[in-house]
Amino acid sequence: MAHAYTPGLKVSRETTLRKVRRLPLAGEVLVHLGQRVAPATIVARTEVPGDPHTVNVANILGIEPGEVPARMTVAAGEVVTRGQLIASSRGFLGLSRREARSPVDGRVEMVSGITGQVTLREHPVPVEINAYLSGVVGEVLPGEGVVVESTGALVQGIFGVGGETHGPLRVAVDDPGQPLEAHHVRDDDRGRVLVGGSLVSQEAIRKAIAVEVAALVAGGVVDQDLTDLLGRSIGVAITGHEDIPLTLLVTEGFGPMPMAPRTLQLLQALDGQTACVNGATQIRAGVLRPEIIIPYPDRPAGGEPSVCQATGLAPGTLVRIIREPAFGKLARVRELPPELVAIETEARVRVLRARLEDGAVLTVPRANVEIMEVD
Amino acid sequence: MANDSSPGSILATDCGSTTTKAILIDRDATGYRLVARGEAPTTVEAPFEDVTLGVRNAVGELEELTGRSLLGPDGLPSPGRPGSPGLFLSTSSAGGGLQMMVAGVIKSMTAESAQRAALGAGAIVMDTIAIDDGRRPHEKIRRIRDLRPDMIVLSGGVDGGTVTHVAQVAELIAAARPRPRLGSSFRLPVIYAGNVKAREHIRKVLGELVDLRVVANLRPVMEREELGPAREEIHHLFMEHVMAQAPGYATLSGWTPVPIMPTPGAVGLAMQSVARLHGTSVIGVDIGGATTDVFSVFGADQELFVRTVSANLGMSYSVSNVLLEAGADNVLRWLPLPVSPADLTNRIRNKMIRPTTIPQTLEELLIEQALAREALRLALEHHRTLARGLKGIQRLRHVGETFSQEATGQTHINLMELGFLVGSGGALSHAPRRMQAALMLLDAFQPEGVTRLAVDSIFMMPQLGVLWAVHPEPAAQVFERDCLVHLGTAVAPVGVGRPGERVLTVRGVLPTAGEVEEELLAGQLRVLPLAPGERADLELSPAWGFDVGAGKGRRARVGVQGGVCGLILDGRGRPLILPPDPPERRRKLVEWFLSVDAYPADLLKRQAGPPIRG
Repeated sequence: MAHAYTPGLKVSRETTLRKVRRLPLAGEVLVHLGQRVAPATIVARTEVPGDPHTVNVANILGIEPGEVPARMTVAAGEVVTRGQLIASSRGFLGLSRREARSPVDGRVEMVSGITGQVTLREHPVPVEINAYLSGVVGEVLPGEGVVVESTGALVQGIFGVGGETHGPLRVAVDDPGQPLEAHHVRDDDRGRVLVGGSLVSQEAIRKAIAVEVAALVAGGVVDQDLTDLLGRSIGVAITGHEDIPLTLLVTEGFGPMPMAPRTLQLLQALDGQTACVNGATQIRAGVLRPEIIIPYPDRPAGGEPSVCQATGLAPGTLVRIIREPAFGKLARVRELPPELVAIETEARVRVLRARLEDGAVLTVPRANVEIMEVD
Repeated sequence: MANDSSPGSILATDCGSTTTKAILIDRDATGYRLVARGEAPTTVEAPFEDVTLGVRNAVGELEELTGRSLLGPDGLPSPGRPGSPGLFLSTSSAGGGLQMMVAGVIKSMTAESAQRAALGAGAIVMDTIAIDDGRRPHEKIRRIRDLRPDMIVLSGGVDGGTVTHVAQVAELIAAARPRPRLGSSFRLPVIYAGNVKAREHIRKVLGELVDLRVVANLRPVMEREELGPAREEIHHLFMEHVMAQAPGYATLSGWTPVPIMPTPGAVGLAMQSVARLHGTSVIGVDIGGATTDVFSVFGADQELFVRTVSANLGMSYSVSNVLLEAGADNVLRWLPLPVSPADLTNRIRNKMIRPTTIPQTLEELLIEQALAREALRLALEHHRTLARGLKGIQRLRHVGETFSQEATGQTHINLMELGFLVGSGGALSHAPRRMQAALMLLDAFQPEGVTRLAVDSIFMMPQLGVLWAVHPEPAAQVFERDCLVHLGTAVAPVGVGRPGERVLTVRGVLPTAGEVEEELLAGQLRVLPLAPGERADLELSPAWGFDVGAGKGRRARVGVQGGVCGLILDGRGRPLILPPDPPERRRKLVEWFLSVDAYPADLLKRQAGPPIRG
């Protein structure tokens, strides 16, 4: 491929961030251009239509659908309360009376003389969105939301579950290879973003839920522990909307995997500051990776936002090997032979030769490394 | 030879969700041939948001490879310019392809017809709503509201029949106030293809809320399904709405005289053309990263065409779902090496989150190919459920059927009748040895009797499909010469025998091996030499209780075609039952793999552990 793309995850000490905060439907923007916002500041609000309910009035009253409009006691557009009479009919010789009542508080939306159904819609539900980051409002999208601009550190993870959250950052381990165990989770960690090394254990997840930790970050997670947390096995890697009590983010992958030392060092340097975490992951075209952002509220936002684009492989590039047999190892590119090379499977592929941290030199398919984007 | 109206050379692109592929076809003295293929990342997403950049990059690679200037100085195709291709064509599945929701009255009847119409037009069907789908009305309404499809097809009722039920479904759609996936200011297109008597009411209920299009009923009478008008409207709306909203497509459309076609729709056209060309039943399968498409063409006149998409069966993005749906035991049963379920699961999850990686070790390759077998098996199971006759109809039975209990709605996928099995997608097309692709197809689909096997060499079926629609001759020539890699012919007797028991005797003359009389024993997998382009007439004599197409124990005379793998004799049984004991099963797998030279022998023996008996 002439324009080969080697995936890379961003680990940046300082970068410019622009986050679009958009309502699901048109609504009201509550902040103004240039206003300073905190992660919890509500920036826009709207009301989404309530849930509709259909009532088969023809069946309930035992009449033909065409008779329903004449039997209604309320008209389309009128407000109704739960239990309120909406239609009635008299039976044979007027001896018995049948009634249809509203199952909800709401409004009558439609009365159908063809199907005999009445559609009732519950009252609108208010929806608010917050700023997610601390920063300034860089752009107002009238009726839709805002763009929050900030300067801060950014660490992209490889996979996460759970949505947006924020809290003070606490690195609970000293070493990238050290797993986050239950004893690392303290009783006063409520609302914090806790960082471990190679793994977050099942016991640590349980304890973190018990003390109401906001988010857990580690190099890896065992698949079964993730399944237990979610109550189901992950099928397709589209996450972020799970109904779970905390957000979980892994930086390296599944199984015990030491966190990249530079990632841990960066997080250690920012210990105690507010971290904004989003576990949402979508591994398709337009890849969305989970992230930890530590905004620097005192530094002005400015400059062009960072775009996570790979710059390409070259001798000297730091890469991580992302497939067996050397999965997880860091290496520096030594050579990029142009010709196709046969690997153990007998496939002929583009490869690179890279030196591991212990000095050993390996030949690896180019598709099996990711560039460590560190600045 | 091509006629005068045929273009001299053809440039065709397929804008996939991750990669844009360009091919250049030229005419020489012998006809049309593929000249070169280039590819580049698709640029429909941010930060580029212009599909034409990826197309230009892919064509740029073609220019580098051929040394020819294919685009004009303005970077556009210019058919009139000397040396430029005379025709530019394109297909697309970028930006998620065509995503549809379908609705009908009865799930297995009109809703199923609507589903077939959408799938046949190249869509991914996100959900099927029906009165009897088991969900309560408010659940259906919420689902319709949450889905945000590109368009909806609504069907229901026969012409002149009751209006009430289809009106109910329309009212559910109205209550949901659905919005399209792209272009928030546009109204969602809804195609009404139901009872003509209900049209007026449907207009009243939906006309103000959506962009309503009314076409002929999909099921004008219970016994007939007419999918053509709905499919045409889907294609039309795909161009008008979906493509018009996707960044850069308006420009791309201006480059080609032929409407841009959804990629799976184009592959479907190619499959139908292949079936007609060879006069046989065809199953085609394309196993991708996110989805697996299955196409089948059956019937006496190859008139029964069905396409299905298994939306979450794929080898990268959806690989975890293959494990989830198949179960770890079903994946592990194809592995000749011991691997623990926990290790397997972590490896598959890591492939899911880093989908562009490739297997570097034999063990990893075997795991991926085990997963591919299961994805293919599940995709065929899914396909069978839609490739079937119309349900709920009165069938005229002839005298011979008087005592048969065959119900309506039976699948028409008959693996004994299947003449040609074509595989496509990375797992099959890029398998390091072609025999690995042949085994994946045999194990997953278990074709019966005599079946030709092939793989798409570089996945150019989408481009050839759209070319077939306008210039069939060049498309057919390139398809036969450059697109397909013929693997050979498989002979698989139906029946299950005791190990070592004779199941088949093969007699005939092979071009290189000369006269042969070979006995195939139960549990054996063997290959006889029959190179690409070679053919042979064989007499197949199955043992009592076994069938190769002429009936149990009945002799058949068949003509077989060669390929890069040869003539594969599969005596493992139909259905193929693997030994239940794991060590015994692994030993058997190693024996089969070695007998057909599917993997590097020394490495396989070393990694499989103790020496193989015999």
